[in-house]
This record gives sequence, structure tokens and C-alpha cells, in this order.
Amino acid sequence: MLYFSDLLQYSDVFLSGLKTTVELTVLTTILGVVLGTVCATVRQYGNRASQRVVSVYVELIRNTPFIVQLFFIFFGLPAIGVMLSPWEASMIALTINLGAYSTEIIRAGLASISKGQIEAAKVLGLNFRQTLTRVIFIPAFEKIYPALTSQCIIVMLGSAVISQISVQDLTYAANLVQSRNFRAFESYFVTALMYLGLSILLRFAFNALGKRLFAYRTSN
Amino acid sequence: MSLVNLHQVHKYYGDNHVLKGIDLDIKAGEVVSIIGKSGSGKSTLLRCINGLEQYQEGGITVDGKEVTTEDIQVRRLALSVGMIFQNFNLFPHMTVGENVMLAPTIVLKKSKAEAETTARAMLEKVGLAEKFDSFPEKLSGGQQQRVAIARALAMSPKVLLCDEITSALDPELVGEVLKVLEQLAKEGITLVLVTHEMNFARDVGSRVVFMHQGKVWEQGDPKTILSNPQTDELKQFMGAVL
Repeated sequence: MLYFSDLLQYSDVFLSGLKTTVELTVLTTILGVVLGTVCATVRQYGNRASQRVVSVYVELIRNTPFIVQLFFIFFGLPAIGVMLSPWEASMIALTINLGAYSTEIIRAGLASISKGQIEAAKVLGLNFRQTLTRVIFIPAFEKIYPALTSQCIIVMLGSAVISQISVQDLTYAANLVQSRNFRAFESYFVTALMYLGLSILLRFAFNALGKRLFAYRTSN
Repeated sequence: MSLVNLHQVHKYYGDNHVLKGIDLDIKAGEVVSIIGKSGSGKSTLLRCINGLEQYQEGGITVDGKEVTTEDIQVRRLALSVGMIFQNFNLFPHMTVGENVMLAPTIVLKKSKAEAETTARAMLEKVGLAEKFDSFPEKLSGGQQQRVAIARALAMSPKVLLCDEITSALDPELVGEVLKVLEQLAKEGITLVLVTHEMNFARDVGSRVVFMHQGKVWEQGDPKTILSNPQTDELKQFMGAVL
């Protein structure tokens, strides 16, 4: 028999976990995409030395497990004097992780912008910063928007791992509840549904933003 | 007084010697058509004039100022040299109006209202006033190219460079773009065009420059040079295009 009603008394635990996951997701999605945008720009248009630095960062993160990155930041860094709270360590690890993956995605978008667009901006007298922000970014993001959306969702789901350093997120809540009442099926089932809901919501938010940013594709 | 002056310009792509000592002097109000086979260096020459390509020897001045590819120079140059491309290069995410208003607002720092007035006037000039709020992808190639012309004109350039601007157009759309150019020529704007439109070069142009193997091979009054070419290469070229 299943007893979903046994979870009711823990609704506060679930809700507070959900809140932590949502907060971290919103924050790291924004910071991670900003970081990715900066790195992608450097990698696409920067000088060789700075391109090299970004490449090392991207490859380092993309070729190591997220949980190791998280443990390194939380358990490893104190050895050199950097003490972070679980929440801070998670925020940094998630941002760095999304930053690396989104660098590669966004760079593909930048690479898709024809040289002609950049030359047109140049002969109109725009400087490079103006060319980036006014001419390049929007069409570049449009090209890779679905991939970027997916990556942000992957990182949100991957954030479940931060319960391992005792951040009280949604997964932490599920672990806690099932260890109290032994209703593992019910607890994880409800948690899975909540993650599913979050994914759908995040996709929704991205789509709504995309409709505004890329209005030129649909209007008149 | 010359507006654009090229003196012994040499340009190399690695070992490839593309421009071999170009001397050219263009006066304000001239309509100069540069013709020649592909690979003869026409487009490269044009791109050197506005600093999109670097040249290795010689000198180019526009309105008395030296042309280099140094970014700031290119930007200052952009104010006096407009350019229109074969593939239009309109910004797809901006409306026609926004395309035309962009540079006047962020480069010349004009107010939005002022830029809009200019933009509407320029679009009127190319016959597309009613497309102000349309996006480029909804326009035909000929219309897009006319918007590109309006966008260049909004910066009130002293000279307008046109790089094969009708080559990507369907034949029936070429006329509308040439008509706009002809109108501009009548108004006295200086035009330098790389073109294959011999009729336009003859009827509207004030000079034809024939390029061959990276050199100015023959130049002169369009009617004379096109009906009575002096060099074998131009004769051959005329035979091929007519």
C-alpha cells in the first residue's frame, strides 16, 4: 500500500527545499549564461592568450564530473583558506559548470553570424562593443536558444547533487522525509514530479523570454 | 579637389599579389564604375578604400584623411564613406526603420526623433517609406538592397561604395535598385561601384575603370571606352559580357 498522505506533515520541508532549488536555479542560470556569454565572446573574438585561458577552463569543467567539482570547491578549497558555506559552494559550482557548457553553445551561435553582418556594422561606424550588443548577440542567441534552454535545465536537474554537501534543496528534503517515515516510494515520486514541474516551468520561462527577444521571427 | 585618392596601392594576400600599384583619383560628384573579370581585384580595391582590407604599400586618402584599418580610423572613415554589399547585410532582428536609425543614434548620437525623421526621409527616397515597421526577411531582395542604401545614406556619406550590389538579385529586381542609384547620381553624390551592369555604367557613370590582373588596365569616359576599347583585354571582356 502507498501512503501519500504520510507526506503531508512534511509539506513545509518539501516547500522549503523547493524554494532553495528554485532560488539557486534562477541565480545560477542568470550568472552561468552571463559567464558563458563573456567566455564565448573571448573565445570567438579575443586574442590568442585569452582564448587559450577560456579553452582550458571549458575543457577542465566539461571533462570532469560535477560532483567532483562541487566537492573540490566545498571540501578542497578550505585547505588553501577559502571557506565557503554549502550554499555558496553550490552556487559557485553550478555557475562555473553552466558557464563552461554554455560557452561552447553560445560560441556556436556567434560563429553562425556572417562576416557580412559584422562588416556592415563596421562600415556604419559601430565600435566592437556596439556591434556585439546591437548586431551579433540577438541573432546568435536565437540560433542556439533551444540548446541553451536544454543545458540550463540539465544543470537545474544536476543541482540535486548539492544535497550531498547538505544544502537543503528539494532532494535533501526527499532524503530527509524518507529517512524519517520510510516512505521512499512516495517521497521520491513526489520529488520527481516537482523536478518535472520545475523543468516544464523553466522551459516555459525560456520560451516566453525567447518570444520577446526574437519577436522578429514571428511578427508581420 | 579629389575626394578619394589612391597612390601606388599594393595589396597582398600572403604570396598572392592582388593589387599591383593602383593609382586612382576620384572627384566629388563622379560616378565611377569599376569593371573587370572576377579575381581582377575590383572588390579588394573597394574594400581597401574604406579600411575593411589592409594594403601593404602606397597610400589611400578619403577627403584628405589617410585610410588605415586601425579601428578608430575605420569608424571615423565610416562617417564619410558609406558601403553597400552584394548580400545586403541588413540586421535581421531589427525593423527596416531600426536598421536605418541604428548608426545615426548610436554613432552620431542623434536623438531618436531626429534619427527617425532622417530614416523616414531616406526610406522615402528609395521608395520604401511604407516598410518602416517591416522586418527585412519580409522584403524582396530588391527592397532589402534599397533599405541598405537608405541605411548608408542616413549617415550622409561623402562617397558611397557599392560592391556588386545587384549581383544577388533576380533579374527583374535589378532595375529598381539601379533607378535609386541613378537618382542619387543626379543629386550629385559620389559613387564608386563594382558592377557588371554595363548599361548603367554607360548611361549613368562618368567614368569606367577596367581592372585586369590587379592593375587599372584602361579607364576613361564610359561611352568612349565601352564602344571603343583600346586594349585587347577590355575588348575580350566586353565580348564576354555583352
